[in-house]
Amino acid sequence: MNDTTASTPPAKKPAGRRKFELDERLKAYKGVWVFIEHERGAAHPVSWELLGEGRKLADKLGVELGAVVPGAPGEDTQKFCAEAFQYGADLCYLIEDPALAEYRNQSYTRALTDLVNKYQPEILLLGATTLGRDLAGSVATTLQTGLTADCTELNIDMENRSLAATRPTFGGSLLCTIVTLNYRPQMATVRPRVMAMPARDETRTGRIVEHPLALVETDIVTKVLEFIPDERRDQANLPFADIIVAGGRGMKRPENFQLIWDLAKVLGAEVGATRPVVQAGWVGADRQVGQSGKTVRPKLYIAVGISGAVQHRVGMEGSDVVIAINQDPNAPIFDFATYGIVGNAMQIVPALTEAFRQHLATAKLAS
Amino acid sequence: MHIVVCIKQVPDSAQIRVHPVTNTIMRQGVPAIVNPYDLVALEEALRLKDRYQAHVTVLTMGPPQAETALRKALSFGADEAILLTDRAFAGADTLATSYALASAIRQIQKDMPVDLVFAGKQTIDGDTAQVGPGIAVRLGLQMLTYVCKIEALDLEQREITVQRRAEGGVQVLKTRLPALITVLEGINEMRFATMPDMFRAARHPLKVWDKDAAGIEDATRIGLKGSPTVVSKVFAPTPRTQKAEIVQTQSDQPRDQAATLLAKLFTKFPQLRAEIGRRAS
Ligand SMILES: Cc1cc2nc3c(=O)[nH]c(=O)nc-3n(C[C@H](O)[C@H](O)[C@H](O)COP(=O)(O)OP(=O)(O)OC[C@H]3O[C@@H](n4cnc5c(N)ncnc54)[C@H](O)[C@@H]3O)c2cc1C
Ligand SMILES: Nc1ncnc2c1ncn2[C@@H]1O[C@H](COP(=O)(O)O)[C@@H](O)[C@H]1O
Repeated sequence: MNDTTASTPPAKKPAGRRKFELDERLKAYKGVWVFIEHERGAAHPVSWELLGEGRKLADKLGVELGAVVPGAPGEDTQKFCAEAFQYGADLCYLIEDPALAEYRNQSYTRALTDLVNKYQPEILLLGATTLGRDLAGSVATTLQTGLTADCTELNIDMENRSLAATRPTFGGSLLCTIVTLNYRPQMATVRPRVMAMPARDETRTGRIVEHPLALVETDIVTKVLEFIPDERRDQANLPFADIIVAGGRGMKRPENFQLIWDLAKVLGAEVGATRPVVQAGWVGADRQVGQSGKTVRPKLYIAVGISGAVQHRVGMEGSDVVIAINQDPNAPIFDFATYGIVGNAMQIVPALTEAFRQHLATAKLAS
Repeated sequence: MHIVVCIKQVPDSAQIRVHPVTNTIMRQGVPAIVNPYDLVALEEALRLKDRYQAHVTVLTMGPPQAETALRKALSFGADEAILLTDRAFAGADTLATSYALASAIRQIQKDMPVDLVFAGKQTIDGDTAQVGPGIAVRLGLQMLTYVCKIEALDLEQREITVQRRAEGGVQVLKTRLPALITVLEGINEMRFATMPDMFRAARHPLKVWDKDAAGIEDATRIGLKGSPTVVSKVFAPTPRTQKAEIVQTQSDQPRDQAATLLAKLFTKFPQLRAEIGRRAS
């Protein structure tokens, strides 16, 4: 995101449109890479989502798709490589070193920048998780290249083979497409659930390129004293929930939010919320959906007492079906929901809970 | 102890509207505020000041009007304020911004060594969360992002222990000073400015630095010129053309509305019927 506020912006040049010649030294950069993020034995699904997207980019460019798998010896790195192939990677760069046992910026930045300098990819994608954003920022600065955060769309500008990365700006009111011209690799992060999960092909395999690192633990200043896992494992699940019941300020009082929980319980759903509800402390911050919260892609999203502000919408418009309940027939949420009920949530939600309960009871009897 | 807090003045994006025809941002009348996440960082720094008598310097790069943001920070209790402003900084992306800020921090160090640099989690206009890490790399500071708690600070050993938000849990990290910390939202509540501080803030002389005063060594690395990324297109999101089908019933009874909705939903999306049945059983 270019900052035009530092002073009066200079005359706008349509720089992205300009045909330009890549520096000779940068032409050697070839291939699309995805960083495979894993912690505590599990790969983050965003890595597979990115492989799906990376596959399309690599095919457009006619280059290989590489997966970068870092980890400590004895970790499940081989398994992650196998999975990466199944999700579309042609080859895996495996970096094993004891110093990579737990994520630390310094060791991971070293590993990734080393690898980039050696094998020179033209595009490098990472998940916009706390780990991915931490790492991408320091890697891009170390490599002195451009990084576009939180992209919602990735494409190739065929005219000059550059990555065109689209992301929301000004809180989601606008989108902008960003290109990285004479710098390589072109880096981007994408949030979990923004891209669709690709189909998995169990028969696919690829080749593994091992890259030794030889980090010395004593050179790494930061130590991990402890990892405290979240108690409620459901916390991290919101982005991957199939059904979400979300409440907004229209629920009026914290006690009324129980109606949302009741409906969610009957549906086996997760509970989401808008920012004002989170700020008022009715639910935890991990339940916020939207621009500054989570991006979700459920099969069903029930939005109750939510106006549908753009900052909320960007986090949930990937939902397959949206049901909106709102008193105001002109609420923006009705502009993009699938079904709407205009009315008072305090009455409609209990009625809906009951209707689903009955439906499930009869369905059970019938089976 | 000396702490530098990087703050940015941003348009209050809650109030930004997009012109329906020209697709441009309508900035008129949109107030400029201090990036809310930066106030969380400032408060965290001021708490360290209260405990350890730290000296707190606030730093911003922006247009001359960004002075307001610095005065606000002074009114909360910051000791010193520096404004980087120069036409040459304009159009900077995060790489060029972190270059300029890092170079200014080096200048600040010449007067008084810096132990900690604070940045916000991200800005609400750029939203990238990249400038903090960029500064850390350039200055060779230990980098602690998404910090949700400062557990311990040992000035004699020059060590700091923090909790950092990670995926699925919290990492407890211990590192050496100097370090750069980006602060997670919601971990503290901003204090109120006191009357004497407000008066002091209004009169306090700011340091205004152009690119030379900021010690910029390589002018090709700041502003638009120093920015690898270029915005090639700005456009409005295509509205989902679909309008909601509003459930209409004769009675307006919630019960009937709910029943009608379920009937419609399960007819059009039979897979949802299966999904709900599977999950609820
Ligand atoms: C930088 C930035 C980031 C942001 N990030 C997010 C984000 O991540 N997520 C997010 O959600 N917001 C975010 N916001 C805030 C966003 O702009 C909106 O303010 C917010 O989404 C509105 O929440 P709401 O719909 O709950 O409240 P409101 O906009 O107040 O809407 C309440 C709705 O409830 C309806 N209602 C009232 N009473 C009833 C009733 N009895 N029955 C039925 N309906 C009723 C009203 O008609 C209204 O439509 C962000 C804002 C900014 C500036
Ligand atoms: N122009 C600026 N001046 C001072 N600090 C900034 C500036 N831009 C960004 N920052 C700091 O870097 C953080 C992350 O910004 P961003 O990478 O734009 O999301 C902000 O919260 C600020 O602390």
